[in-house]
Amino acid sequence: MADEVLFEFLHMELVALIHRDAVKDEKDGCIAKLESIGFRVGQSLIERFTKDCSRFKDELDTMKFICKDFWNSVYKKQIDNLRTNHQGVYVLQDNKFRFLTQMSNGKQYMEAAPKYLAFPCGLIRGALSSLGINCIVTAEVSAMPACKFQIQIQRM
Amino acid sequence: MAVCVAVIAKENYPLFIKTTPTDNELQFYYTVHTSLDVVEEKISSVGKNVNDLRELYLGLLYPTEDYKVYGYVTNTKVKFVVVVESSNTALRDNEIRTMFKKLHGAYVDMLCNPFYTPGDNIVSRQFENVVLGMMQQD
Repeated sequence: MADEVLFEFLHMELVALIHRDAVKDEKDGCIAKLESIGFRVGQSLIERFTKDCSRFKDELDTMKFICKDFWNSVYKKQIDNLRTNHQGVYVLQDNKFRFLTQMSNGKQYMEAAPKYLAFPCGLIRGALSSLGINCIVTAEVSAMPACKFQIQIQRM
Repeated sequence: MAVCVAVIAKENYPLFIKTTPTDNELQFYYTVHTSLDVVEEKISSVGKNVNDLRELYLGLLYPTEDYKVYGYVTNTKVKFVVVVESSNTALRDNEIRTMFKKLHGAYVDMLCNPFYTPGDNIVSRQFENVVLGMMQQD
């Protein structure tokens, strides 16, 4: 379907636009900006996606929803691996993350990866915060197109 | 149909309240406020019962002499409360359910408006029209 490609292109342009306007050495600001855009989008998306599902039982149930339904709707695939230590840390592993598949698999573009992962991190954080889970989401890439998202839940 | 429609945020402050103009509108505010305790109770009681459906629609919260109060909670813990007149017996559970579904749809559409900041009061005209539609038709 064409709309998947459009989303990919739109995201690429979004990243490019924000970095083009930035002055040098302002990389953190760009990442933060992308993350906050992702956050807002995540908030809207989760409201729409959960419109017809029943209420979630617990935290793990919510995470499973993010891994299956949410990921499927956004990236057209499911998370490949979900791990948790049952103490508020969840690791979502995607072996073929959509935004990284178009880059070469070597180490060449490793440095560019973070800016393509800021928006997805915000997306997860926005979705979870709407569902009542406050967390910190970080991404990690060890080998290109695989990607790990670590979700650390903040308890009051 | 409905005499009062309210949308309440996750943190339990009102985002939107619309009532039919009567001399004591404040009474509805009070009714809605009281209903929040029942909503809370219904949400937290879930989980003890294994066979629970965990539906978004909470059903009749409580009846008063003149009104019936119905509740609905989204996955993001936004609450919808609708007050209808007790004398209106034509309204069945199913109709209330569709009413809430419509309201939820309108809320989602409103939230997807990029000019709206989540947590702000709802001023969307489109959303208001849906609510007015719920209150008018007979």
